Amino acid sequence: MAPRPTPLNSAHKKLGGRLVDFAGWEMPVQYTNLIQEHEAVRKALGLFDVSHMGEIEFKGKGALEEANRLITNDLARAADGQALYAGLLNEKGGFVDDVVAYRFSPEHIFICVNASNAQKDFDWMFSNAKKVKPVNRSNDYAQIAVQGPKAAGVVQKLTKAALDKVGTYRFTTGQVADVDCIISRTGYTGEDGFELYCPPDKAERLWFALLEAGKGEGALPCGLGCRDSLRTEMKYALYGNDIDDVHTPLEANLAWIVKLDKADFIGKPVLDKQKAAGVTQKLVGFEMTESGIPRQHYPILKDGAKVGEVTSGTMGPSVKKAIGIGYVPTALSTIGSTFHVEIRGRPVGARVVKTPFYSHD
Amino acid sequence: MAEYPKDLKYTKDHEWAKKSGKVVVVGVTFHAQDALGSVVYVELPKVGAAVTAGQSFGVIESTKAVSELFAPVSGKVVKINDAVVGNPGLVNEDPYKAAWLIEVEPSNAGDYDKLLDVVAYEKVLAEAH
Repeated sequence: MAPRPTPLNSAHKKLGGRLVDFAGWEMPVQYTNLIQEHEAVRKALGLFDVSHMGEIEFKGKGALEEANRLITNDLARAADGQALYAGLLNEKGGFVDDVVAYRFSPEHIFICVNASNAQKDFDWMFSNAKKVKPVNRSNDYAQIAVQGPKAAGVVQKLTKAALDKVGTYRFTTGQVADVDCIISRTGYTGEDGFELYCPPDKAERLWFALLEAGKGEGALPCGLGCRDSLRTEMKYALYGNDIDDVHTPLEANLAWIVKLDKADFIGKPVLDKQKAAGVTQKLVGFEMTESGIPRQHYPILKDGAKVGEVTSGTMGPSVKKAIGIGYVPTALSTIGSTFHVEIRGRPVGARVVKTPFYSHD
Repeated sequence: MAEYPKDLKYTKDHEWAKKSGKVVVVGVTFHAQDALGSVVYVELPKVGAAVTAGQSFGVIESTKAVSELFAPVSGKVVKINDAVVGNPGLVNEDPYKAAWLIEVEPSNAGDYDKLLDVVAYEKVLAEAH
């Protein structure tokens, strides 16, 4: 089946993006140079088409309670206008997906999900929702991420919304370049910035308005390639790599998105038990102490025996080191622990380090 | 600069080879570096190692992908380019000159003549698209 174009497909072609099939969508992996695009986001700003992401909405009386029973984080403790990163778990405590849940009000919850899981998530939510059934709004939204230290200044040029009043993981609605948007101060790069949800037929207009407004600041259109290197430097989990339907959020070192003291949610009994007993494996960040780049599925070895697996790895363009993420036995998860990564049959030294790998100085 | 110099020989795996006196110099083509994207790691054999035509002799990695390097000719590695190991980005900047990878003393003179010329290589590229 041919990959689906996003509403920005012709914009990508005009800009010379190299298009690839990603999760059934035709997406730009890069426009000119991955490292340049990565650096633009760290130092100025970059624009990403993330229209492939899915959107699922709960509306009506009891919407908050319904959504809250499906996710690990607690919407009851959030304010209206606040977004929460959360796990959507199966009964075994593994991830169906990782999501961002937006609380417009207790009667209106909007959930952004991964492209690769959008249909699965919707089916899961629909079959598990008791009173308020979700609506799949994925076709009603395009999404543009504007990320980087200069993102706020550039977006502010195009909107009357007071962006200085919109804190991290807060959102508002308003027009940007005369296009109606959900303006969300969120992202997947470790930089300040916004994710703008807009009508698909206005996406191209918004995209080029942002690019034009950011031209003098060094704005670049950015592909999925640098989106991955940026998130890896932050140790942000990628579904299908670092989190999946077998590992729990406690094993993935995401205890902060799990509120075990709230009312029941799917997967909670397993997590309660796991918390009491302690986890046997943990997702860690490590850097190579010898020459080589870790990659997904490479074995992690201790004393010659396989004890885990790399889930993500790359040469970090900003940290300028070969870095990786992977599950290891809890005993090897403390900072400074050493092990080997098997790279093409050869054990190569690695050490657990503090994450995120990258931080602004 | 021509993307595919006429005085080089090529493999279908996107390496180039150039006879220089008694040795054959080996690198990767413009297409290879362009397809890989930003090259961040190059792993080469040791001087003295034997390489076999069509077999892997090393690895080149971009931020995103790992790709094997295939030897255009059989023989013994007599020199490796330490500069490109230290600065893999050279592969993107200058794939035909600064980013040569290894020099091989061929064990079978026939190997070189069997390689693709520029016309045949450009045909390989055209068919891949």
